[in-house]
This record gives sequence, C-alpha cells and structure tokens, in this order.
Amino acid sequence: MKIENLQLRALPPTPDADSTPFWEALADGRLQLTRCGSCGTASFPPIPSCPRCAADTVVPVEASGSGRVYSWATIHIALDPTFADDVPYTIVAVDLEDGPRMLGRLLDRDGPPAAGLAVRLVPYRVDGNVLPGFRAD
Amino acid sequence: MSDPRPIVRTYGLLRRDPICLDDALVGIRRAAPRVGVSRLPTEYDSKLVSSRAPGMNSLHTKRGRANFLGRTAIVGVGFTPFTRASGESVLALATRATREALEDCGLAPGEVDGLVSYSLFSDSVPCQAVATALAIPELTYALDLNMGGQAPAFAVTNAAMAVASGLADVVVVFRALNGRSGIRVGSQSFAAPTAQYRYPIGFTAYAQYMALWARRFMIETGATADDFAAVVSRQREHAARNERAIRRTPLSIAEHHNAPWVVEPYRTVDCTIEVDGACAVVVTSTERARSLPHPPAVIQGAAWATGFGSGLDIADPHFWPDYSTNCQTVLADRLWESCGLTPRQIDVAQIYDCFSSTVLFGLEGLGFVGRGESGAFVRAGETALGGSLPVNTSGGLLCEGYLHGMNLVAEGALQIQGRCEERQVAGAESCAITSGGLGDGSALILTADG
Repeated sequence: MKIENLQLRALPPTPDADSTPFWEALADGRLQLTRCGSCGTASFPPIPSCPRCAADTVVPVEASGSGRVYSWATIHIALDPTFADDVPYTIVAVDLEDGPRMLGRLLDRDGPPAAGLAVRLVPYRVDGNVLPGFRAD
Repeated sequence: MSDPRPIVRTYGLLRRDPICLDDALVGIRRAAPRVGVSRLPTEYDSKLVSSRAPGMNSLHTKRGRANFLGRTAIVGVGFTPFTRASGESVLALATRATREALEDCGLAPGEVDGLVSYSLFSDSVPCQAVATALAIPELTYALDLNMGGQAPAFAVTNAAMAVASGLADVVVVFRALNGRSGIRVGSQSFAAPTAQYRYPIGFTAYAQYMALWARRFMIETGATADDFAAVVSRQREHAARNERAIRRTPLSIAEHHNAPWVVEPYRTVDCTIEVDGACAVVVTSTERARSLPHPPAVIQGAAWATGFGSGLDIADPHFWPDYSTNCQTVLADRLWESCGLTPRQIDVAQIYDCFSSTVLFGLEGLGFVGRGESGAFVRAGETALGGSLPVNTSGGLLCEGYLHGMNLVAEGALQIQGRCEERQVAGAESCAITSGGLGDGSALILTADG
C-alpha cells in the first residue's frame, strides 16, 4: 500500500510487545493481522490468543485492507486540543474482509460515509508516524 | 442442576414454593401486573423461570436464587450538592455524602463495618480514607473497584453479598469525584492496551466511542435524532422537579436539534454533564432495615455481565460484535430470573444515560419494549412522569449530573421509599436500575418491602 503524507494532526502510537509487528508493518505499507493457528480466525488488535476459540497459537498474516464501513463518528469538538485544527473529521469502524474490525481516520473529506460503504486501508504519515486511514474504494 | 421445587404463581409473581423461605419475593404487595397500552408483552413476559435452556450460565438457575436477594436493602441515601467547582477535596465530598447517608437512616459512623466504592483514572479516594476520616473503628469489608459507570449496581450487589454472607452488617457504597473541576473523564487520556489504536488518529474521548454505537443503533433500528431529542426532553421535565439537577430548563425537540454538535450523532445536550459531587447509599439486612426510619428498598434482583468480546479495556470497540446492543441485553435474562419479575411489573426505571442513546439501548436491552420500539415509546410519553414506565425521574445523568450512575441508584431507592416528592411515581413498588452502556455493566431491581 502506498503511504500518503498528509497535513493532519496526530499523536504517536505507543506500541507494546503484542502490537509492535503491526506498527512496523504499517510503517512499511502493509497490514499485518494475527490468525489463529487452530480455527483460522483473523484478529485485530493483535492479541496473544484467539478471541474466538481460545487457542494459544497465533501467527502473523498479511491482509488486504479492504472492508466495509460498519459505523462512524464525526468529531466536531476536539476534546483533545491536539486535533482542534482537524475538525470536523470522521473516524470509521471498518469490518475488514479478512474478518476483524478496525478503526481509522476517514481520509475522504466529502461528507459522511454510509453503512456498508466499501473502503480500503490507506496508511498515512504525520510527523514520521504512520497511522491507519481509510478511503472509499 | 435445576431446582426441583415447583414454581408457583403468587400475586402475579413467579416464585418457588414457599417452603424454601425465599423471603425475597414474599415482600411484594403488587396484586396484578400493570399493562400499559404501549407496553405490550415482550419475550420476558411469556418466559417462565424454568424455561431457560439447561447448561446456560446462570447463577440464579444453576444454584438457586442468590442468597443476598430479598434479604438485603438500601436504607439511606446521602448527597453533596452537585456543582461545577466544589472547592473541596474529593475526600471531603466522599466523607460528607457517607455521613449524610448514615444520618438519613439513623446510623452512626461507628456502626459501619463495610465500604464499597469505585473510581476511574484515579479520580476518587479509597475506602480506607473515608474509614479514617469518619473514625470507623474497623472495616471488615472494603472494596475499591477500578471501574466507571458499569460499577454502581454491581457495587451495591457486592455490598449486599457482604451483608448476606455475614462479612459485614452495615455497608456504605459511595462515589465521589471532582468530575468537573478535577479529573474530567470526558476528555481524560488514559493508558490502556488499545489506547494506541485510538489516540493517534484523533479518537480520544468517551463521547466519540459511544457515538460509534449510537450511529450503528440508528442504522440497525431506524432510531432518529427525534428519538434522542425525546429522551433529553423528557428528562429535562423531570429535572425541573429536582433541585439537585444542574440542567433544569425545558428543552424542545427543535431546541435539541439546534444545539451544537459534539460528535455526530451527539449534540451537546445528548451528553451527560460533568459535575463535582458525591453520593452514597447504605446497605444492610432487610431485617435490620425494618427498624430504621425509612421503608427499605429491598434488593430483589441483580446481574452483572461482561459480554462476549467486551474488549481489552473499557474503551476498546474492536471485539464487540453488535454496537446496537450493550451489556444490558446480555444480562437481561439473568436479571429477570433473579427477581422473578417481568418488565411489565416494573413501575419506574433509572437507566444509565451517559448519553441520550443509552436510554434506548437499556429500554430495548432489558425487554421493556421490543427491538426498534424504544424511540416511539419515549416520544409517546411512556417514560414521562405519569407514563407507564417513568424513566430517569431525577433527570438522570443527562440533567442531574454525571456521578457515573451512583445517583441513579440513589434515585431508585428514593422512589421505592416514596421520598421523591414532586417527582414521586405514585405507588412505585419496583424499580429497575442499570449501570453501564458498553460491553460490560450491571443492573439492580429494587422493590418495596411487604
């Protein structure tokens, strides 16, 4: 995936032992999820066991980043002043075709999305941080 | 193992044969369930306690009725004023509300042997601090829950369990915070496993998380901004009769729609109002309660749920499958089984309303109305004072103030005790109270004593 350089506000992510591979992959333009070695369920955020069947073996898996909008929230008042210059902006919850749900900034600025809108993951870079965004497909 | 005792019908209620001495349900005077025009029977009204599928996880059917139910009661309540700047420490607020609650029921601090409280982001003081400030000789039970609005019904449940088990005789449950002038939950950043997926992209506040659920609820059920407005408008009417409430001016549907957006689909008036203040309730045995000044508000039903996929922290939206239902849907079966009542038998409800939409989730989740019917129910006036199910009679968290739900418990007890004056629901003998609007939370049923 191509990483877009955008003039948006952002805070740096705070990776932990479970999530570091995800953030490293995203900075490389790839979406990496975890997949259960037993039932095959793909998960996000990365967690060390399967949230569907409780198996304790999960393996990294690359995903397409395509999905559909499940819900969204359009922010008009930045309750964290960091984002005051970005309002209004929309956060989408996307059901990825690989299974899990993922949050991201909606990078299209032409009005609210609709439920079921097909979108694709577009990583965007702000101040050296690469973060998940989505655009209509 | 299922309970072999026969289920009998008495005064319109389901209960086990009296041989079990389950005083829990004996105390209810109700002669017949009220059937409101708009409150058609829901799935719970046709469901017998014994009809639950075997093997399903239910404390109340697997092991018989939990022993604290019916045998414990809320006997007193205490408040500080709710303000935008208390000018006092949280300890001072907590101590004052606890003292007020004890004075309300004629007990002295020295008679307290249990304290329960909850906090979020270290915004309160621990039980030991209040015990120290009130010179309580010895606590035999103390519980500090690191939980927010999902906690209050569950905190009272824990107090009741402590009393019923003999660990304590008098337990005070309090919530205290400088939620406006001090740590503001609505805009506070906090460390959590999934914070890294929220804050960096500008998804930073509770109102924003809840907005995802509200939007999906609208998509799934057809709920509209008019429905949200009706919730707020009703509760403003109630708040006008409550001197403690912060927002007491009427709000029309049009005025609602003209209020500024915070995060779509929420406008400012859809959001709770952060306050400084404290609230406490006193829990003791129903038997002891009968010798105290006010009629007992008997703890008749209780349930907690951490639903499947509740997430890795309090604000994690990734794993919950259906944003149009919350914890109340998950715990509903167990709540009604625990008390043997059905939604139609409830006189008044205090439904967790950090945001307008969560009232609708609660009405549908607990089965007061069917799926997608809550908006019409509120618009028709059924949740107003004088309606078939008055809801959030204090004005709720939207108008009275955001004590993270503790004040909804207190209001429920006051309604059962008949002490709500201008906003009293006539003859209120059963009250449902919910706590929490996401994947985990709790609920209580309070009833009058017999």
